[in-house]
Amino acid sequence: MNKKGFALIAAVMLLIFSPFIFSLFYLNLVTEILILAIFALSLNILVGYTGLVSLGHAAFFGVGAYMSAILAREISPNFFLTLFASLAAAIIASAIIGIFCVKVSGFYFLMLTLAFSQMIYSFVHQSTTITGGSNGLSGIPSPLIGSLDFSNPVYFYYLILLLFILIYGGLSLIVHSPFGQVLIGIRENETRLKSMGYHTTLYKLAAFVIAGGLGGVAGSLYTSFNSFISPSDVYWTMSGSVLIMVLIGGSGTMIGPVLGAAFIVILETIVSSYTTMWMMIIGIIFILFVVFFPKGIVGLGKLLLQSFSKSNKLSAISGKKSNALYNNDVKN
Amino acid sequence: MDIIGAQLVNSISYGLLLFVITCGLSLVFGILGVLNLAHGSLYMIGAYVSYSITVHSGQNFWLALIIAPLAVAVCSLIIEMILLRPTYQLGHLSQVLLTFGLAYVIHDMTAAIWGSDVLSIPLPQSLSGTVTLFNQAFPVYRLAVIAIGLILAGLLWFIQEKTRWGAIIRAGLSDKEMICALGVNIQLVFTVVFFIGGYLAGFGGVIAAPILGLYPSMEFQTLILALVVLVIGGLGSIAGTFVASLTIGIVETFCRFLVPELSLFVVFGLMAVVLIVKPNGLLGRQVVKH
Amino acid sequence: MENHVILKIDRVGMHFGGLEILKDVSLEVKKGERIGIIGPNGAGKTTFFNILTGDLKPSSGSIYYKGENITNVANFKRTNAGIVRTFQRNNLLNELTVLDNLLLVLQRKHHLQNVWFKKRNEKKYPKLFEEANQLIKTWGLEKRANEIVKKLSYGEQRQIEILLGIAINPQVLLLDEPTAGMSQAETDYIVDLLHNLPKDLTVLIIEHDLEVVFGLADRMVVLYDGGILIDGDPNEVRNDRRVNEIYIGKEEAAAHA
Repeated sequence: MNKKGFALIAAVMLLIFSPFIFSLFYLNLVTEILILAIFALSLNILVGYTGLVSLGHAAFFGVGAYMSAILAREISPNFFLTLFASLAAAIIASAIIGIFCVKVSGFYFLMLTLAFSQMIYSFVHQSTTITGGSNGLSGIPSPLIGSLDFSNPVYFYYLILLLFILIYGGLSLIVHSPFGQVLIGIRENETRLKSMGYHTTLYKLAAFVIAGGLGGVAGSLYTSFNSFISPSDVYWTMSGSVLIMVLIGGSGTMIGPVLGAAFIVILETIVSSYTTMWMMIIGIIFILFVVFFPKGIVGLGKLLLQSFSKSNKLSAISGKKSNALYNNDVKN
Repeated sequence: MDIIGAQLVNSISYGLLLFVITCGLSLVFGILGVLNLAHGSLYMIGAYVSYSITVHSGQNFWLALIIAPLAVAVCSLIIEMILLRPTYQLGHLSQVLLTFGLAYVIHDMTAAIWGSDVLSIPLPQSLSGTVTLFNQAFPVYRLAVIAIGLILAGLLWFIQEKTRWGAIIRAGLSDKEMICALGVNIQLVFTVVFFIGGYLAGFGGVIAAPILGLYPSMEFQTLILALVVLVIGGLGSIAGTFVASLTIGIVETFCRFLVPELSLFVVFGLMAVVLIVKPNGLLGRQVVKH
Repeated sequence: MENHVILKIDRVGMHFGGLEILKDVSLEVKKGERIGIIGPNGAGKTTFFNILTGDLKPSSGSIYYKGENITNVANFKRTNAGIVRTFQRNNLLNELTVLDNLLLVLQRKHHLQNVWFKKRNEKKYPKLFEEANQLIKTWGLEKRANEIVKKLSYGEQRQIEILLGIAINPQVLLLDEPTAGMSQAETDYIVDLLHNLPKDLTVLIIEHDLEVVFGLADRMVVLYDGGILIDGDPNEVRNDRRVNEIYIGKEEAAAHA
């Protein structure tokens, strides 16, 4: 516990002092990681905790991103306006799509989410008057809170960091709450949950809406960060990327999606300076993870820790609470 | 009236093309339980290989039609043996994710081999003309695609309903254990089914290439439409897949003609409506549990 | 008298395609009754339970619970109304601990399941955990409380299967072969626990072990070929020629298995 607390404090301190340590280029990289980590965390609620593998999460990212972009351009770049409007739009979109999707399970769920997200993509791509069509929307003003302008990357970084910590904390509370335990129960055995008296469809819808809403928040932040949005951010490849982040990081853990986002963003930055075949490299790495480390970086880390120190201490820890699937004490 | 007739032929040929492609996907999904997200990639390989063959053989489309689907089938055989067979114990979901990763890899591989430019294959000379029916000219190639689609549908129906292999496949669709009980080597069934699935994808790729062209990310467009057909038609039903592909072909083609900016939107909307009214697809088995 | 009928099954039929599983089954269950349901494999016993819990919708007929027609009520709503089942094959949350399995039941029972901004731990929910630990202790599983279910022995998992049903505080409990696959000692233990269930609890029990079912039931229903063959006093049923015919063959088969 102490170790875990220490690691947590160290990580937060590192994040807080990042602007003094890193150059602007790397600071922006950290900002991007945090935004995509929020996106991955939101999908993890669905994939990792409720056991519903979605291949259409970019839909809500896109809804939030475009909502934010349009409002910032047409009405006001006020941060709270764009953020909450994006959240609301994504919640509405995910509630409507979710009603259909949570009726089915397994691959049908995967196919449906994919199809609905492509539906939103085709709308974004084809309705040039609202969304700018294939050109996307550019020149989006940076967010404002009162007179405070977040065009300064350091200010913006702190804004994102604050939101990230809030969302991470909030989600880890949710997944350990009685409600979150119901979601985990659905992942493990939906039939049993029903016979315990749970209206599982409603819980799945709730998970879908939470995931969608936060996906919209991530989209909104991403728009503000890039001051540009294009249909490719709504395309299924975006859904694929975030799913890969969750699975490579370690689904069903809190820290996993964050590590996954960091891994992918850093790798892409390194690789893209050498080759354009980014998809092939990520595809191969993904396949390797699925075959050899299905529990992702988190599982890999645990495995390494175990083989490094076979001391009694570790076995005592793993025996204490054996819900390895969803406890997030990776750092011990 | 002329335009409607022409569009009808276009849409039916497009629908039957989707049928050819989706049949492979549906077969693999039904028997192996694996939703092959690289199925579109196999289709794309078929199209690109046929491009290379026609270029190097003095525009011999027929050679491509024979060789390319076999080449794709061999590719999918290799995929089954190297990637899927050793990983059956991981569960279907992991295998689906594997095919997803594979789709990424194939995407860049084809871009590396054939480049990212839009390519095209000329129509085979013997099918490039038009034929006049009911005082109206129709492109022969489109009619040929329709004929091929119908023949294939008949053939598949015959195999599934009237032959021993078809009986095994039907048994496999409803009950995996049944296959074993029949004393059939299930490993062999999986391999053969995956081979056939690959062949159908490649075949679809070849006949689609002259009309749809070749371009990067063509595989995902096709994959997604095939998924829509699969959902609408319902699992494990050739008739359902047939009806759904024709429906999608017709709806998509006419929408692109009438309201181009909404064409895909309408297709997915149609899928949503079908799912509300008939959650198991038009003719499929039960997937929604109450 | 009508007031005491808690569950009424009215001419329920069930067929899958051309296969008729249940034919016009009617049964009135009084509050507090212990009804044993026996019959050979394929007689439709589990299908009958599935219809009572709402896991299956009958092809014909109706089901009344406390006078209300519940034929079209969803399964989870029936659970919340007090009709609770256990499964013939262990159907647990295998990757979770025994405690977590039980907590999911108890948090539903105490309507805490929608709390989403408070961690579920012993400090914040002392009563919930106390109740869970008490139940685990009563069932002799205290050493296993924090084990993942799939690591437990079959008999222990079977116990949890029943425990999860009882922990809801049902009004009608449907036990589907509670002692299937258990050793004699484990069976005795379960029978003992079942004897101590509250007297006003209505129990329907499907069981192949005739010893167990005659010990627990005060009324026996024999299902045969989709219909009720006999419905009556256990002693009467025990001595019925037809039952012996069905079961002697069966027990011999079981002995060979």
